[in-house]
Amino acid sequence: MSVIVYTESENGKFKKNAHEVASYATKVAQQMGTTATAVSINCSENETLGDYGISKVLNVQDDSLKPFNAKAFADVLASAISSENATVLIVSSSSDAKYMAPLLAAKLKAGYVPNVVTAPESTSPFQVKRTAFSNKGFAHTEITTEIKIIGVSNNAFGTIENKTDITVEDFSVDVDSNFKTKSTNIDKVVGKATIADADIVVSAGRGLKGPENWGMIEELADVLGAATACSKPVSDLGWRPHGEHVGQTGKPVASNLYIAIGISGAIQHLAGVSASKTKVVINNDPEAPFFKAADYGIVGDAFEVVPELIEKLKEFKAQNS
Amino acid sequence: MKVLVCISNVPDTTSKINFTDGDTKFDTNGVQFVINPNDEFGLTRAMWLKEKQGATVHVATVGEANVEPTMRKALAIGADEAIRINAVPTDGFFVAQQLAEVVKKGGYDLVIGGRESIDYNGGMVPGILASLLDMNFVNTCIKLEIDGETITAVREIDGGKETLSTSLPLVVGGQKGLVEESDLRIPNMRGIMMARKKALNVVEPIEGIHATDDKKFDKPAPKGDIKLADNVDELVTLLHNEAKVI
Repeated sequence: MSVIVYTESENGKFKKNAHEVASYATKVAQQMGTTATAVSINCSENETLGDYGISKVLNVQDDSLKPFNAKAFADVLASAISSENATVLIVSSSSDAKYMAPLLAAKLKAGYVPNVVTAPESTSPFQVKRTAFSNKGFAHTEITTEIKIIGVSNNAFGTIENKTDITVEDFSVDVDSNFKTKSTNIDKVVGKATIADADIVVSAGRGLKGPENWGMIEELADVLGAATACSKPVSDLGWRPHGEHVGQTGKPVASNLYIAIGISGAIQHLAGVSASKTKVVINNDPEAPFFKAADYGIVGDAFEVVPELIEKLKEFKAQNS
Repeated sequence: MKVLVCISNVPDTTSKINFTDGDTKFDTNGVQFVINPNDEFGLTRAMWLKEKQGATVHVATVGEANVEPTMRKALAIGADEAIRINAVPTDGFFVAQQLAEVVKKGGYDLVIGGRESIDYNGGMVPGILASLLDMNFVNTCIKLEIDGETITAVREIDGGKETLSTSLPLVVGGQKGLVEESDLRIPNMRGIMMARKKALNVVEPIEGIHATDDKKFDKPAPKGDIKLADNVDELVTLLHNEAKVI
């Protein structure tokens, strides 16, 4: 009996969320009086998981598992769960994890609870706290099946260092590489923070008046090493790509810092970004609802405040580097 | 081609959320219910398949009689027939099993659901359904083109998108992008009149697994007051010294 965690990697390196889910799995294993085993696919830095309490890695190296394929990855994890006699599987909230976990749930007749924000409230019965109603509430959910799958919310549990002796075992699974759903092209921004894993997200709304004014938003994001995002009207108007739309029907944001510029703060927008730890609003309308939801703010014209903020941050960076 | 669109009946996106019965149930008092937005993008894409490619489109929901206005709306938008599985949709696994039974009996080639409902945000029904029936599955789908046997789908991934080639039978977890916001349809009077005559069949649930049980709900702690900075200098100082985020 052990806890299994799927630690995601890309081009041989762990994704940011891998260390968070590893820390979470270690915590669950402690609660259950067992150990945490990671399943790692085509990653070349498996030993680093020992820094987060993982005592064993099942190391899968298989070219037919490049790139990610939800069904094949689910098969690998199902096989690992059975060989380890595991009863709990921890995954992240990445788009890949949310694609794969339901397939595994069906295969293993397991209860799957995503969007979990804290360590289990109890392991017998097994109860977790998760967000519901698009971040407007929390549910305390009991998982009643023998095997349990937990999807940990991004940036909710954090990483906990816990140096542990780690063994890396090769683990192979017969993969039928004749996939019925096959990746033919991946179009991904490289070298830029993404909304899913950025520490800081800079987001702008209709207050910017037109797509031609996004230069300063991108510059601000550059200075901060942040991802750029936008409100729903902006994406509906075609000013910015859909992939930048954050909110209830767009992407969720759970960054450390979320800066909303010229966004009034409709309830649907706030629902999607409220998991961010610190929220800053810049808006010329002091009555904008976002001022009630944010931690810090400036009432002012974005076209004056943002360029000034860029200059100040550049100075600040120069002093503090 | 037979298409089934799975619909969730959810509180309108602007709803205030409250709980009742000792915080064990969602308080539906005064709440307006709508077709789950992610499902509505899928339904609208299905209308396109009906009009351009001659598909038959049915909609299915797991719910009690109170979900029927939402189903009538789907019929008014243009679905040909509706199926209501008469059960309370408390658990994603259970819901997927019920819908799988409908898909099996109805012989659907394509099943479109939303990537998640905006109430319980489980995001698991399309995937579990696909796996139970061994159908192909594309999640967070933002583009779907069907050309005979060949299907090209695009899914949203973290930081970009991925193109997939797949085939029927297929289950899609859809979202905005399948169609644009401006393509969504408001039922007209003729559609509403026609919807009254369309079949809304009620079937009883099969026995299924309840894998999870929501014991209690609560709301986030009320937010403290905002700190307004008088100028950019002050803001940068607050973010560095107090919030420690830069």
